[in-house]
Amino acid sequence: MEIYIALKVLWAVLLGVLLTGLAVMVGMDMGVGVLLRLVGKTDGERRTMLNIIGPHWDGNQVWFILGGGAIFAAFPTLYATSFSVFYVVMILLLFSMIMRPVAFEYRSKVDATKWRDTWDWAFLISGALPMIVYGAAFGNVLEGVGYHYSWTGQYFQDESFLSYLLNPFAVMCGVMSLSLAVYQGGTMIMLRGEEPIYSRARTYATLGAVVAAVIFAVGGVWVSYMNGYVFTGTVDPGMAATPLGGPAVAAKAGAWLNNFHAYPILWLAPAIGFVGMIVGAVALQLHMKIVGWWLGVLSWIGTISTVGIAMFPFLMPSSTAPAESLTVWNSTGSAYNLGWMTFFAVVFVPAILSYTSWCYYVMRGKVKVETVVNDPHSY
Amino acid sequence: MPLIDPNVVDLSRLQFALTALYHFLFVPLTLGLTIMLAAMETVYVITGKQVYKDMTHFWGKLFGINFAIGVATGLTMEFEFGTNWSMYSHFVGDVFGTPLAIEGLMAFFMESTFVGLMFFGWDRLSKPAHLAVTYLVALGSNLSALWILVANGFMQNPQGASFDPDTMRMQFNDFTALVFSPDAQAKFVHTSIAGFVAGAMFVMGVSSYYLLRGRHREFAARSFRMAAVFGLVSTLAVVTLGDALGRLDYLVQPTKIAAMEGLWHTSTPPSAPWLVVAMPNDATQSNSMEIGIPYVLTPLVAHSLNTPIPGLIDLEQASVPRVDNGIKAIAALQQYGETHSAASLATFKQYENDMGYGFLAQRYAPNQDVNLITPALLPSVEQQAVQDSIPNVFVTFWSFRIMMVLGFYFVAIFAFAAYYSLKNQLEKHPMLLKLCMWSIPLPVLATEFGWVTAEAGRQPWTVFGWLPTFQSASSHDLGYMIFSLAGFALLYSAFIAAELYLMFKFARLGPEDHGATEHHTPADASLAAPIFAKPGFANKSWE
Ligand code: HDD
Ligand code: HEM
Ligand code: HEM
Repeated sequence: MEIYIALKVLWAVLLGVLLTGLAVMVGMDMGVGVLLRLVGKTDGERRTMLNIIGPHWDGNQVWFILGGGAIFAAFPTLYATSFSVFYVVMILLLFSMIMRPVAFEYRSKVDATKWRDTWDWAFLISGALPMIVYGAAFGNVLEGVGYHYSWTGQYFQDESFLSYLLNPFAVMCGVMSLSLAVYQGGTMIMLRGEEPIYSRARTYATLGAVVAAVIFAVGGVWVSYMNGYVFTGTVDPGMAATPLGGPAVAAKAGAWLNNFHAYPILWLAPAIGFVGMIVGAVALQLHMKIVGWWLGVLSWIGTISTVGIAMFPFLMPSSTAPAESLTVWNSTGSAYNLGWMTFFAVVFVPAILSYTSWCYYVMRGKVKVETVVNDPHSY
Repeated sequence: MPLIDPNVVDLSRLQFALTALYHFLFVPLTLGLTIMLAAMETVYVITGKQVYKDMTHFWGKLFGINFAIGVATGLTMEFEFGTNWSMYSHFVGDVFGTPLAIEGLMAFFMESTFVGLMFFGWDRLSKPAHLAVTYLVALGSNLSALWILVANGFMQNPQGASFDPDTMRMQFNDFTALVFSPDAQAKFVHTSIAGFVAGAMFVMGVSSYYLLRGRHREFAARSFRMAAVFGLVSTLAVVTLGDALGRLDYLVQPTKIAAMEGLWHTSTPPSAPWLVVAMPNDATQSNSMEIGIPYVLTPLVAHSLNTPIPGLIDLEQASVPRVDNGIKAIAALQQYGETHSAASLATFKQYENDMGYGFLAQRYAPNQDVNLITPALLPSVEQQAVQDSIPNVFVTFWSFRIMMVLGFYFVAIFAFAAYYSLKNQLEKHPMLLKLCMWSIPLPVLATEFGWVTAEAGRQPWTVFGWLPTFQSASSHDLGYMIFSLAGFALLYSAFIAAELYLMFKFARLGPEDHGATEHHTPADASLAAPIFAKPGFANKSWE
């Protein structure tokens, strides 16, 4: 039992790592997609921007795919419930996501303005929409989601999709995640691009960092007044993984701050996030691009761990049947499964990190408009 | 427990089938072309001949056009289990999600990270390093097939997990049983190699186009020969392995094999005929027309001379006791969920293996509650449930036939193609070249029909014997499903239009010849010399 609890906590942490990896790597590429039309004024400039991330976007995107696969395996009931409850939003996310691979590969293969313009818009949609949905998902989950289960474990939805789609707090979180993506993407363009896209990217990246910082602060205040969720029954962290028959749960205003009050050291997480964004904006103004990029990573780490700490052990509280809320204790896979997953993660994550770094190393250096336009292999 | 609206289930099935079949229009070519690119580049690195580098570049470009949509549509698949099959995902996520996660960690990351270097790294990597990258892409794509088919193998023959009444789901308990499931392994080799066939046919067909027009002749002849030989070996393997798959179905999915063979009544060995053509009628449970070859069925399916093969009607009736037991299992399970009593657990354990048949019966129980099935109602519930326990015979029978016929056709066409290409007589046989060209889409078609056989033949189950399809779906509103189906239809149609446009454009354009023979020597002269030993343009660098 002890080992099972440890595995549950480990996978809650790994879930955070995964969501952070996704946000940093996919978010960066999506930021570039959003900025494509704003920063790139000519076709050559836009192609340069695409070729900056050209060799890497596909590998980066696997963070997103792994996000799906790993949640499926490590939190099966969460995967089953959350994707279905957010159906309309998830499908919109998928529609926009799937345009991106095609846009990369096809955009520059035909030399016609109409064709390329169409794909440029696809980049904008497939960059902005998924990042908004990504952030909004955090917002929705913080507020609680309406669902309950039948005795077989089938979920039933108690709330219309409109309340997820048009929800001010969630939309605000969505804008924040989009801003961080623009920050990260803009910084990448600064790293490997030259004037004039360099300066334009710098403006937008700085703006992204500042907007994110403001929203993060506002969001913090908002959350302290909003309903959080707490256990009112006795909790057995080693319980069998089922949302049925668990301890009672109540909604209480300000409860998302409980963990911070209990362990004040945890305030470090939001502090890191906030400082990351502010110092990041300053660093970009000082042309410290590499520092700026890593501060972007830090901002994501701070933000996502703040949400994780606030909610722990809740993953997706149910607003209509709080006792059936999904938590770290009741929605993971079995100990056997988590054990194997841990083994594969330990073996492959370091391998992935090293060959990904190697790829960035091989492709290092500035991308120039002339080379892009003359190279038959470029996007 | 309320059941999900049958229309929603049907639309979920339709959406899954369409998106999966669509994904699989592009996957075979990826599997085959990555291997062929690795082979071409290997020859280039060893011989240093420019033409092989041209080949790698050109076929690589076409590969890229295909790959993009493969990736895009794969994204849909990864999330669709959660968005549309929530009960399924909850029920098997603990064991089924694992291969999907491993696929991401082990295969997708490798394939997708290195594919970037493969396209962009030509000038930045040494020849051997670039070759290694190409190999890693090929390895990655085939590993991804392995893990997804391990997952699919579990649906066909669930082993490596058992049902846990405390969590109401299948729990993973045996890694080796899952991964080395004979179903998974046989499916993996059959499917991957089917992809090689598709890649070979693609290269051979496009090369035929140039040969017919006398363009890029050296380039085309070499590509053609490589593809023909590779394709011949691959098709022979696919057909052989297909037989192995059929035998596994016979062992673990008797309803599927009976449907594949249109067998309503248990066969009488050894004279039972193998039906070449038949018109299975699912409503009357009989074939309205049959043309068969006597004495073939038994040895073909059972690999023996005197084993009867169970027919569908007999399989249905044999399931009646399982339905009875299943009803008891479900009732006990429901009671255990409420009371956690030892008695209900013991009853459940006793009938556990027939639980799936209880779900089938649940559909016909008053209020979908098995506790309300009275002895008077039982016979009709039993009969309705067992009638649901077999797949659609017409679809399974014919999709299997189409795949097989195409398989034998491929053996023939690759055999002729390899023969004439090795004898350098291709240009004397324009009919063969035309046939090759027109056959480009056929291997992909064969794989599509293969999937329809495998998946339609698995019905009514998503997890064979454990969870029926109608229980597996998410409980959406009808409107949600219409919205998503319409969107997918729209987007995917746009994609295929763009993809075909670019494919034709770049295939017509042809490779950029770097020192290849474009001067018009007479047909036989240019091809008569043994191509692989042709001197000249060695070590001419691309840069
Ligand atoms: C080029 C493609 C191709 C060709 C020529 C064949 N197949 Fe196939 N077949 C496939 C491509 C494929 C596939 C797409 O790869 C499938 C779908 C599911 C799977 O595992 O492989 C498949 C499935 C499949 C199944 C169902 C497996 C299951 O129950 O899950 C059987 C029994 C066969 N095949 C047998 C054959 C036989 C006897 C063939 C030749 C005479 C044959 N296949 C040719
Ligand atoms: C891991 C791999 C796969 C899994 C887990 C899987 C799972 C499923 C599920 C849940 C359904 C819905 C149930 C149903 O409609 O009957 C289904 C149906 C179907 N799938 Fe698969 N599938 C897989 C691979 C594929 C692939 C790659 C294809 C095709 C290229 C495919 C083709 C189909 C078809 C045609 C149906 C409809 C069958 C019918 O409704 O009668 N499947 N599959
Ligand atoms: C129904 C279950 C399936 C799921 C969830 C799924 C998922 C995915 C995903 C997420 C990708 C994109 C990967 C990337 O970005 O590189 C992908 C691509 C791919 N998938 Fe699937 N897939 C399914 C069925 C299959 C099957 C049955 C096979 C092989 C037999 C297969 C083979 C591949 C390959 C080779 C690729 C590489 C890209 C390409 O095909 O062009 N997939 N799949």
